[in-house]
Amino acid sequence: MHIPDGFINGATSLGAGVVAASSLAAGLRRAGRVLQDRQIPLAGLLAAFVFVLQMLNFPVVGGMSGHLLGGALAALLVGPWIGLVVMTVVIGVQALLFADGGLSALGLNVINMGLLTVATGWLAFRFLMIVLPKNSTSILTAGAFGAWLSVVVSSLGFVGEYSIGGVGNASLSTVLAAMAGTHALIGIGEGLITAGVLGAVLAVRPDLVHGARIFGISRADTTLLSRRRVALFVAGGVAVAALLVTVVAPLASDDPDGLERVAIDQGFADEAQDHSLGDSPLAGYDVQGVEGDRMGTVVAGLIGLGATFVAGVAFMIVVRGKRVRSNH
Amino acid sequence: MAGTHTHALFVHGDSELHRLPASPKLGALGLFVLAVVLTPREAIGAFGVHAGLVLLGAWIAGLKPMFMARRLLIEIPFVLFAIFLPFVGGGERIEVVGLSLSIEGLWGGWNIVAKATLGLAASVVLTATTTVPDILSGLDRLRVPRLITSIAGFMVRYLDVIAGEMHRMRMAMLSRGHNPRWIWQLKAYTASAGALFIRSYERGERVYYAMTARGFTGRIPTFDEKARPADWARALSLPAIAWFAAGWGVVAG
Amino acid sequence: MSIPALEVEGLSYHYPDGTEVLRDASFHIHPGERVALLGPNGAGKTTLVFHLNGIFRPERGSVTVAGLPVEDANLMEIRRRVGIVFQDPDDQLFMPTVRQDVAFGPANYGLEGDELEERVTAALSAVGMLNVADRPPHHLSLGQRRRVAVATVLAMRPEIVVLDEPSSNLDPASRRELAAILTSLEITMLMVTHDLPYALELCPRALVMNEGSIIADGPTKEILSDRDLMKANRLELPMGFDPNLAS
Repeated sequence: MHIPDGFINGATSLGAGVVAASSLAAGLRRAGRVLQDRQIPLAGLLAAFVFVLQMLNFPVVGGMSGHLLGGALAALLVGPWIGLVVMTVVIGVQALLFADGGLSALGLNVINMGLLTVATGWLAFRFLMIVLPKNSTSILTAGAFGAWLSVVVSSLGFVGEYSIGGVGNASLSTVLAAMAGTHALIGIGEGLITAGVLGAVLAVRPDLVHGARIFGISRADTTLLSRRRVALFVAGGVAVAALLVTVVAPLASDDPDGLERVAIDQGFADEAQDHSLGDSPLAGYDVQGVEGDRMGTVVAGLIGLGATFVAGVAFMIVVRGKRVRSNH
Repeated sequence: MAGTHTHALFVHGDSELHRLPASPKLGALGLFVLAVVLTPREAIGAFGVHAGLVLLGAWIAGLKPMFMARRLLIEIPFVLFAIFLPFVGGGERIEVVGLSLSIEGLWGGWNIVAKATLGLAASVVLTATTTVPDILSGLDRLRVPRLITSIAGFMVRYLDVIAGEMHRMRMAMLSRGHNPRWIWQLKAYTASAGALFIRSYERGERVYYAMTARGFTGRIPTFDEKARPADWARALSLPAIAWFAAGWGVVAG
Repeated sequence: MSIPALEVEGLSYHYPDGTEVLRDASFHIHPGERVALLGPNGAGKTTLVFHLNGIFRPERGSVTVAGLPVEDANLMEIRRRVGIVFQDPDDQLFMPTVRQDVAFGPANYGLEGDELEERVTAALSAVGMLNVADRPPHHLSLGQRRRVAVATVLAMRPEIVVLDEPSSNLDPASRRELAAILTSLEITMLMVTHDLPYALELCPRALVMNEGSIIADGPTKEILSDRDLMKANRLELPMGFDPNLAS
């Protein structure tokens, strides 16, 4: 989801731009040590690879399709620093050349789809690898989990930015949990594909997978996760999604939002306060008739989950329609 | 594979805007978008000025209305979201032809549609009048790190090549009767994506060899355009008006 | 006798896994010669090519270009003297426009301004591609891209041009046009190819390479007429092609 101009207010967008620019600078500095001459064309080729993967629809259910974010995959394939630089370039080119995502929102998009996905994917992977045995099955398992989490965290980034500077005013922990819940479902696809691609590369050129190289894994024992593991992974994702929507969302709505507290501390108090009053579009969950009723919130959450999916389908249809037209 | 055709973005022409060097145009676009984003949503007049400026740019560039309209389709998902807002928004409501709409939601929706459309339209005018290589060297002029513009250059150069490889693999799969519709049929998709990564990586190495063979030592030479102060002055005249309108909107609001 | 444009002496090389790719390969090429390098897949031709400009280093033996040995100290000068045209022009044409791509080499050697511009114009004119100078390389046909790839190398004013499979995948018209351009260039040339009629048309002399060594060296027509030699090295002429009747 590329944020356009005007979706998030100017101050927040500029702030995000500063954060994104510093993360890129850090990435360049750190990558610079490994990014020798030979890796400049390589990084460009990888950026093109990620771009093509993002455009490529994979099947989800009955012909409906999704596409990859790719940040976690990039981090595992080429390491987090080059991965961050590559993702930033991809998002920058999308904004500047393809007008995909607003120019003023470039920082926001780099944070959500680059910084957060790369960092989450990589850190979750490293963290899991501490406890998992050092073999190729673990690489795929940890990679799939990292990719799944990266999608969830990326959506939280979006909600966070929206709650700080959303001009359509919506800020609710309920929304937060609902978004996270939806993306816990969407992330299953990202996880499976990330593991699948890693497996395919490990089978042929294990030396090209950064995440395997650092653990000295030069041979793939298996190139695919077992059916049982895949089933577990999917079930886990669905369970987390359901939990977030039915339990955490209603609970969270009773407490003041952590993000809003941050917003108040940061001096966005006025705007954030307005939002927390519930006068916001998506606060319709609570406001319209079922205020305080936990069961009502649960239902609202589930409806929200469904609505988001319907919106997703509509989006896909629109995007696919456009692709077909431009496919000469 | 559709969508990667960067040459579909550029419209050949010999207008004033086509002739301007890329760096002042990029600077003007950035400043214009910023002015739009900072304009208070109640300043309808200022948005009128912004829209007039974009239309003026498109007219100078000789862009056809249909071309602009087609490129604007990309924002449809956000327009849908914006249309959604007045119905679910809280606060005071008004009746419009029998529908109860949230005033806050109406403003929110208007704000998103207006700013996203203006930002998008301005970007479209830029990419329609500036070739990709010129945009890259313009970014170089604007002090975007060389490493970034170099990587972006390689990326744009090889987009079509890699998309073509992916397309051929897909055709090969289809030819053998594989047309996946369900997520558990992903194995072939991930296998080809994996193969695509390896091919991209190996091509990256070959490109590096080809560069080395022509004396590459780590620094890609630039062939940047020279923008004169007069070019900057002309390019910046448009965002200057936008900033004036935005400022007037802030003061008046 | 003049100094050879290229002299390869006792070149040997193993892959890291121990496979012997080059085995005591020796030959030399004089200025102005056009020589074909023939041999089956896996004969070591590409490995040999990468030795000529120092991308690979010999384990034993030496490579000398117009009197200058391939060594660390003179790598830059060697790479200017040896121009390699890669098989896939997409690997070679990596800059955003044709003009910038042709300028890439000379610019690395410090050329700039009008001098650089002249160099680029001359190289593009030599291959008849000046009219596409400002287009991105990936919008050109394969035949055009291969001609531009030749120009990127010509712009460096090399002592010798090495072409890797220049005629592969070209349609007959592009193949013929490229041949006309290559013969018009008056430059020392080493051409690696499986296209034997092309070798006969363009190169008066041919080398046959197999299992890492130079097996035969002589006039192209004689080599192509030697049935036993051809058969022993998996070289085959197209059906009905008689080297003695051609050209």
